[in-house]
Amino acid sequence: MSHAAFVHSLWTMSADAPRKIPAPQIEYAQLSPTLIVLGAACLGILAEAFLPRRLRYPVQVLLTAVGLAAGFAAVVALAAGGYGTGKAHVAAMGAIAVDGPALFLQGTILLVALIAVFTFAERRLDPVAHGRAVDSFAAQGAAVPGGEAEQEAVKAGFTTTEVFPILLFAVGGMLIFPAANDLLTLFIALEVFSLPLYVLCALARRQRLLSQEAAVKYFLLGAFSSAFLLFGIALLYGYAGTVTYAGIADVVNGTVRTVDPALASTTGNDALLLIGGALVLVGLLFKVGAVPFHMWTPDVYQGAPTPVTGFMAAATKVAAFGALLRLLYVVLPGLRWDWRPVMWGVAIVTMVVGAVVAVTQTDVKRLLAYSSIAHAGFILAGVIAVSPDGVSSVLFYLAAYSFVTLGAFAVVTLVRDAGGEATQLAKWAGLGRRSPMVAAVFAVFLLAFAGIPLTSGFTGKFAVFKAAAQGGAVPLVVVGVLSSAVAAFFYIRVIVLMFFNEPQAEGPSVAVPSVFTSAAIAVGVAVTVVLGLAPQYFLDLAGKAGVFVR
Amino acid sequence: MSFPLLTVTAAVPAAGAVATAAVPAARRAAAKWLALAFSLATLVLAAVQLARFDPDSGKPFQLTESHAWIKSFGVRYDLGVDGIAVVLIALTALLVPFVILAGWHDADPLEEAEPNRRWRPTQGFFALILLVEAMVVISFEATDVFLFYIFFEAMLIPVYFLVGGFGDRAGARSEEETAARRSYAAVKFLLYNLAGGLIMMAAVIGLYAVTAHQLGTGTFSLTEIVQARADGRLQFATVTERALFLGFFFAFAVKAPLWPLHTWLPGAMGEATAPVAVLITAVVDKVGTFAMLRFCLQLFPEASKWATPVIVVLSVIGILYGALLAVAQKDIKRLIAYASISHFGFIVLGIFAMTTQGQGGATLYMVNHGISTAALMLVAGFLISRRGSRLIADYGGVQKVAPVLAGTFMVGGLATLSLPGLAPFVSEFLVLVGTFSRYPAAGIVATLGIVLAALYVLVLYQRTMTGPVKDEVRGMPDLRVRELVVVGPLIALLLFLGVYPKPLTKIIDPAVGHTMSQVHRTDPKPDVPANDVEAAK
Repeated sequence: MSHAAFVHSLWTMSADAPRKIPAPQIEYAQLSPTLIVLGAACLGILAEAFLPRRLRYPVQVLLTAVGLAAGFAAVVALAAGGYGTGKAHVAAMGAIAVDGPALFLQGTILLVALIAVFTFAERRLDPVAHGRAVDSFAAQGAAVPGGEAEQEAVKAGFTTTEVFPILLFAVGGMLIFPAANDLLTLFIALEVFSLPLYVLCALARRQRLLSQEAAVKYFLLGAFSSAFLLFGIALLYGYAGTVTYAGIADVVNGTVRTVDPALASTTGNDALLLIGGALVLVGLLFKVGAVPFHMWTPDVYQGAPTPVTGFMAAATKVAAFGALLRLLYVVLPGLRWDWRPVMWGVAIVTMVVGAVVAVTQTDVKRLLAYSSIAHAGFILAGVIAVSPDGVSSVLFYLAAYSFVTLGAFAVVTLVRDAGGEATQLAKWAGLGRRSPMVAAVFAVFLLAFAGIPLTSGFTGKFAVFKAAAQGGAVPLVVVGVLSSAVAAFFYIRVIVLMFFNEPQAEGPSVAVPSVFTSAAIAVGVAVTVVLGLAPQYFLDLAGKAGVFVR
Repeated sequence: MSFPLLTVTAAVPAAGAVATAAVPAARRAAAKWLALAFSLATLVLAAVQLARFDPDSGKPFQLTESHAWIKSFGVRYDLGVDGIAVVLIALTALLVPFVILAGWHDADPLEEAEPNRRWRPTQGFFALILLVEAMVVISFEATDVFLFYIFFEAMLIPVYFLVGGFGDRAGARSEEETAARRSYAAVKFLLYNLAGGLIMMAAVIGLYAVTAHQLGTGTFSLTEIVQARADGRLQFATVTERALFLGFFFAFAVKAPLWPLHTWLPGAMGEATAPVAVLITAVVDKVGTFAMLRFCLQLFPEASKWATPVIVVLSVIGILYGALLAVAQKDIKRLIAYASISHFGFIVLGIFAMTTQGQGGATLYMVNHGISTAALMLVAGFLISRRGSRLIADYGGVQKVAPVLAGTFMVGGLATLSLPGLAPFVSEFLVLVGTFSRYPAAGIVATLGIVLAALYVLVLYQRTMTGPVKDEVRGMPDLRVRELVVVGPLIALLLFLGVYPKPLTKIIDPAVGHTMSQVHRTDPKPDVPANDVEAAK
């Protein structure tokens, strides 16, 4: 019995014939990374409910870090057990794929999240409020900004330790997203990681209105794109009579065996396939932040608390590109000639718009937001290659990019003035003179973003462009190279500002971080340099992980 | 395994950069001496390279090292030197100690009591110079296209910081104004070169795609690609080869710089301190012309031949344009910059004349231009630092006040205009002879460049050094011992190579012959009437 028929029966006949549902067979060991993280999240909720306030912070930080590290260990164990290559298969009744790309991306997401936890846990940057060290999150999320409740919460020294379990839930969703092997799991994973992110975005301690505005924008546009995705899923179901990736791919390729009589009139209707596929792509491209679905990116990146921005910019991109890759490579390869031109257009527009609009930005967080759009375009160039090389280059790029991003946003949290983080670029003038180390580190990240050789950014860019060129997309490479040149301009502009401009009289100062943020930045720099100088091991890893299971 | 001489030659200045940067803020003098020591050690290593290099061995590359690096991209850590590279490495290693000595006080902080102890501009300045040296040396040594590209591109960053961070303080009304002009020049330099480099990156990827498609495994190894082409295993489609050639050539032409891609050079040289300006024109830019010889010609011989007429025209335009603009300059350093543009025209012309004399002359020109520009520019820097102005009109009668300074300036200037007896004459003559035998018209027009050179150099000397002594110039001190140590050896070298260039040509010529054979070009037969030949017999 095919999985396709099973899902169908679940939907149409479960009410009158419950006996027909076989006991689901779940391979718990193979799902262990996700289960560990979600389990830790549940424990975190319990800790939040039952522990005294002063214990919550240390317990939550420890629990989150241990949970993520254990999840990563589970990924490594699975990969060492051969699930990334020879034993790759589809688990949980066809819902989750355990294969190379899934494990590689899950490992990346877990590491990124682990580093992000460090920036979440930072409590030395914000000035002490009423005798208590506080972090970048609101004293009480539910309190109205500027209201009495907020003042009381601040006076009482409250902190929002809920962010840690919320983060874990988001990570849990992100782990499933690139591994989802049917459209419903995909949708659920999307919601599981999106909803916590909306909440996290709204929790900034300073400039709360901006933060809440960002969250509302993100939520509304995210809900909108979810609707697109869901509608697309419905149409694809109508087309194929199943929501599993393999089942849809079979119908696309014309190798389907049985057609469900209830759907006989729509099965194989190409209009449904094209529209449905396009709508699902829209949903995913929204999460990736590709033009023309990028509008939320700058506002959300700017408004969200900076540690959240860093986490979101890195991990969401990894998860969403993973899902996009699987969809295009597993479900729609038979439709290549239809989606490739469209994706070509999207990639070109994304690269150009991201790079060109970034030139005019005056806020460092918005600048990094547009730069992330341009990078989404570069990654799309690798996605379009439709070859194992393309997959592994995208995997490598995602890993390299996410650590640079995390590090860059971690540096942004350090540069502060009386109003909190000083994100206006003009205020960064002369930073290199005041704090040469911090400016130098940020310069390293900017050079990596710009793709200067000897940094991870260059290796990644080279890998995706190489895959694209070998896949025959030479014009795409040329556009990519030209927009890289434009992008280099604004990265360099920030370096000019930091090192060659005179410091302002009342410019921001660089706060001395605790070991948490220092560690996050140090890891970012280390990964950037190592992936630039000696990328072979990681390229091999990504190369081995380049095959999707069906 | 033999001693990895080439790696060590590049690693020593790199290690020196790290060591210099690590010197504590208060110990500025120690940082300078440390940097000088490391640059001298590099010079010794370069001399060892020259000594161990056998020009007549017949092997294209010597002292080779080969290690796997990034297997997924087919990239190898392949080093090797031919006669051209080994001479240019020696030039680099020779000039950097002078650059360091000449810039001894250029990066001292303005006010002594700098409160911030982490801000260490002096250490940074010398560390960056050594870093540039390391990257230049390894790009001369790399025989893997990817390896070369990485350092070709990465070297922009330290140069950028040198130009933008440590500008010439002369002739500006305020610190802000110099900072603004300087960062403009630095950004222009970086964007031009980065754009060139990125376009080259597309071509590098294209090269990989072609080799991967035809050879099964992609490779960047110069020797392997050349070999595969010779065997017929690798054949470029005409359009592909031309596109790839243009991608490579564009980057090198920006770096060299060739007209009309030259406009970053006068700004960068004008705003940088004189030693950094020397580092840019005499050392960094040579990587561009060197790469034309090593990569453009050897990887894409057919496309090189196809592009030759256009490139010859561009370089002749560059020769005249640079010289004409030099005549019109009011600023001493910009004048030298335009003179360099003119000279780079000669170098490119020599390379693409595709004759033994032309290419041998061009290589020799790279060395001589490095030395002569260094001499002229450094003396000009000493002069400017005394008066605090870069404008020619602010000077007059210096030779009466500071005769040694004026004398060395004269020799540097005469070398720049290729006076017979000084080194550049030999190379310029060879380039013109080499060009004339294939492109007589280009050779004739290019000769005008020499006439213009005499004009701009002599007028410069006349206006600054002769005539009545201006008030501001009165009391100007003559060259100090440190400055004499810088200029003296350079002038001695100009004289020596002007009279006896054989030690260099002996090393260069076999390598040029090899390059010529890669392009399947032979020298045109001398056009001698038949009966003369008979008579001679």
